[in-house]
Amino acid sequence: MKVYGKHRFPGRLFVVEGIDGSGKSTQLALLEKWLESEGYGTFFSEWNSSALVRDVTRRGKKKRMLTPMTFSLIHATDFADRTEQHIIPPLKAGAFVLADRYIYTAFARDVARGVNRGWVRNLYRFAVKPTIAFYFRISVDDAMKRIVGGRDAINYYEAGMDRQLSDDIEESFRLFQGAVIDEYERMVDEFGLVVIDASRSIEEQQLQMRAIVTKALTGARKNRIRRWVDLNSTARASRP
Amino acid sequence: MGRFEFYGQGLPAVEASELKGKLVVVEGTDGVGRSTHIGLLKEWLESKGHAVLDTGMTRSALAGKGLKAAKEGHTLGGITMSLFYATDFADRLENEMIPALRAGFVVLTDRYIYSLMARATIRGADPEWVKGVYEFALKPDIVIYLRATVDELMTRVVQTSGFNYWESGMDLRLGEDMFDSFVVYQGRLMAVFDTMAGDYGFHVVDTAANIQNVSDEIKTLLEPLLIPA
Repeated sequence: MKVYGKHRFPGRLFVVEGIDGSGKSTQLALLEKWLESEGYGTFFSEWNSSALVRDVTRRGKKKRMLTPMTFSLIHATDFADRTEQHIIPPLKAGAFVLADRYIYTAFARDVARGVNRGWVRNLYRFAVKPTIAFYFRISVDDAMKRIVGGRDAINYYEAGMDRQLSDDIEESFRLFQGAVIDEYERMVDEFGLVVIDASRSIEEQQLQMRAIVTKALTGARKNRIRRWVDLNSTARASRP
Repeated sequence: MGRFEFYGQGLPAVEASELKGKLVVVEGTDGVGRSTHIGLLKEWLESKGHAVLDTGMTRSALAGKGLKAAKEGHTLGGITMSLFYATDFADRLENEMIPALRAGFVVLTDRYIYSLMARATIRGADPEWVKGVYEFALKPDIVIYLRATVDELMTRVVQTSGFNYWESGMDLRLGEDMFDSFVVYQGRLMAVFDTMAGDYGFHVVDTAANIQNVSDEIKTLLEPLLIPA
């Protein structure tokens, strides 16, 4: 079993991290557009999206069956499946994998839920070390404004409601995400996360990201496939 | 009091010292007769006035079904499978075994972390990693390790359930067909179990004798545990 730091693949792995409302997904999407326009093949992988595990997680969350331990383990299972199926193969093929959330999300959330810091780090030792991991730093208040403005409700687990910190979901979110931010901040040095000030404009943040990513592109393969297949499916979709 | 402890830092919000019952593990490879002996033990324990909870792998409310479904497909990787089992185990530990122990039950479990660690190890997982993952487990009161030779096992398997894909380690392709793969796979499992028997203090019970004699031997091992404190 290869462990963190020991994987060596021709591809590149770029990761975005931060709490909900930090704007990291927007930035990753813009980075993807740019890399594709530069001719690099990209592969997108989202946290908690393994087809094999998704139903268990969904049911566990819906029925509120998850404890801090099973919450941690089921997310690690999901991540393992994506690592084995969707992250390592493209990296071996020299492609760019773009991950919206990575192991640092688990470290931050699980520890905020009371799981042992050393235990959860060991749990994810099979993970591939990212080429660059960006951390979008934002205050809980600023994140709240974006979420409440953009979405109807705050997610039960995202607000740490399972921790019974407060009966009020907004207050609970504030307390729980505050603890999550403390964990992220501690990881900046531990894992060399690249901090992006998420309070700056979208354009400024993207310029900063691209400048940093550019330095990691030396020797990378430009293997993007011209997607004539896409044209076909577009034609099919537009057929009356 | 304070009899129970965890292998490592344990579970958040669980105080091992408040657990009262007994945790009895029956381990052994496929086809060795674990479920038969657990059935006999349960009857015996209940007739002696002990409340018994029996549990086993992939029976968790959370992950049992999902894990079985994942095993139906052909994309389940080694690390993913290990962690899926760990999730199933954690759910049963927290929601079945620990509440039962708190209430003073004898918990009889068909396999425990040892089978899971053995399977992960022979699929290439780093043994230290696997050990670390299961540090949240409780140390059992006793581990009964039912042992048979690969020859005995295959004779039983042929005459009962037949060879199964996973029990033959077919995901590892250890032989030309299920029989060849079964022999190699179960042999490897046993080698790992034999090492663990020393490390974790298993009570090894040879299952070559007839069922009644084996059952009596297990009961003799359990008796000292059952004396009221």
